Amino acid sequence: MSKIISTEEQNKYVIVKTEGYFNKDLGELVISVVEEKVQEDKFHFILDLEQSKIVNSIGASILIEVIEILQDKDGTLSLCHMAPIIEKTFSIMGLTKYCNIFATLDEALAQ
Amino acid sequence: MSNETKPSVELRIPILKDMELVATNTADVIAKYMQLSEEESGEISMALIEATINAFEHSESQKDIFINFTISDDELTIKVIDQGKGFDSKGIQIPDIDSKLKKQERKRGWGVMLIKELMDSVDYESSNDGTTLTMTKKKKNEQDN
Repeated sequence: MSKIISTEEQNKYVIVKTEGYFNKDLGELVISVVEEKVQEDKFHFILDLEQSKIVNSIGASILIEVIEILQDKDGTLSLCHMAPIIEKTFSIMGLTKYCNIFATLDEALAQ
Repeated sequence: MSNETKPSVELRIPILKDMELVATNTADVIAKYMQLSEEESGEISMALIEATINAFEHSESQKDIFINFTISDDELTIKVIDQGKGFDSKGIQIPDIDSKLKKQERKRGWGVMLIKELMDSVDYESSNDGTTLTMTKKKKNEQDN
């Protein structure tokens, strides 16, 4: 089942960890968290995909909407622990031009 | 294998939520049998997800989707067959993230582009009775890796 397994704040970052297939449902859960946190003036997000090994383009398209929301607030979206095929998919789509990419969560937090 | 009937696997998939993962699970097993790399296997799964979703969404039909995998020594051929009303593949626009950002443009529409980027060949045959997408992945030689 696709779900968000945790949402926590560390320094200026909101860290969202997902599990399972990154499809439309999971994308919509993520954008809901982003919309809620933006209301609380949190504009920097790290999406940890360690437990999401597969994605579809509908889920990925929702990340474009997330980027739009954050660009309006001078915020950032960082991605970490991406499976190689997810990174390749996001690269083909051009998403990686608008995100910060890190191998690990620690690296993302240290940016 | 080339002079014999090629082994094949056939799936019939109902149009139900996340059923594209049935196809990727099968593709994983076949990729292991063919000793494809993790990279090749991932690319096949991703292309198959997109092809199956497109068949679900664009066929405008509630009829089942058929997926055929044909295994040969040097490549895997996958056919994704829907029984929808067909479409004109020439009408597909290449998406661009720069134009999708900051505009009221639909964010989706990446499936065909991804399939073409991830597979070695892609071909559509479409009529009023449905669409068949044929895509192949060539097995890389070890020295290519």
